[in-house]
Amino acid sequence: MRKKINTAACCFIVVIMSFAVVRASAQEGQPTDDDVNAIAKQLYCPVCENTPLDVCGTQACIDWRVEIRQKLTEGWSEEEIIQYFVDRHGMQVLVQPPAEGFYLFIYIVPPLILFMGILILMCAVRGWRKHVPVESPGLSPDEQDFYMTRIEDELRRRQDDA
Amino acid sequence: MMEKSIPDSKKNKAAINWRGVITGVFLFLVLALLTLGLLQANRGLLKVGEPAPDFVLNTFDGDQIDTSELRGQVIVVNVWASWCTTCVYEAVELEQAYQMYRDRGVVFLGVDWSDTETKALEYLQRFGITYPNGPDLAGRIYRDYRLKGVPETFIIDSAGRLSSVKIGAYASLEEIVQAIEFALDS
Repeated sequence: MRKKINTAACCFIVVIMSFAVVRASAQEGQPTDDDVNAIAKQLYCPVCENTPLDVCGTQACIDWRVEIRQKLTEGWSEEEIIQYFVDRHGMQVLVQPPAEGFYLFIYIVPPLILFMGILILMCAVRGWRKHVPVESPGLSPDEQDFYMTRIEDELRRRQDDA
Repeated sequence: MMEKSIPDSKKNKAAINWRGVITGVFLFLVLALLTLGLLQANRGLLKVGEPAPDFVLNTFDGDQIDTSELRGQVIVVNVWASWCTTCVYEAVELEQAYQMYRDRGVVFLGVDWSDTETKALEYLQRFGITYPNGPDLAGRIYRDYRLKGVPETFIIDSAGRLSSVKIGAYASLEEIVQAIEFALDS
């Protein structure tokens, strides 16, 4: 009796396993949602600004994701699919445009502005510190003589005029 | 007579403050960049009477239509998308207008923006649209015509100037006819 139960259990397991194998082989070649989203998150929604395709629920994005799935099923590579969307809809669909040509500015300008801003702030702070308690160096004896002579000349001239 | 010249220590103060100059130039460049960006973003819509930008439409049928070669004819450019819910309100009327005016030399062009070809072709079939339609490759037409969304329709007169700009869907066939007649008269 025990042997019969063991045999039945083994048969049951074999049947279940065979279903799993059949199911797995049926899915082989079919792109998963993860495969589609891996490409979709590199693209922007054409309708909503700055929303990646993988998280956008608009009809346009749903259609685009269907198209990605279709291309994957046809055997297109990730690069080919992305290039297809760029050719069709322009470079603005890319979440990360290539660091070349005009798009190089995107990568250079913001860090440059940040760097220059910090530099200006540092210079300004240093300037403020330098100017607060410093005593005036005053005039050298030569300079004092020069200005005193001019003042006396001026006073004398005014007295003569009066 | 005493010599009244400025001492050397005072002359040195006239030396150029390079740090100030560099800061000034940098701030000017940043402001110029921001101004340019703002101007670009706020260019506004194309206005009636302005020259219509020329474009080449690669149709779904494989033809190539260059609007610069259509000078002398009235052109109706309708920008749409299959996912656009408002576009469907005018789809049938546009086709009706095309049937009315095709023999009078009015050219109809449908520009499909940010769409998939499968869905676009389904849309054209669903509404029985027969005038030339094609994708807006790389969004050039959308950018050149400064669109803010879809649908938008531009009617270009025989001189190549914009005769009317319709934002949103036409309410009726009469409205389309009126706009085309105005372009034919001008």
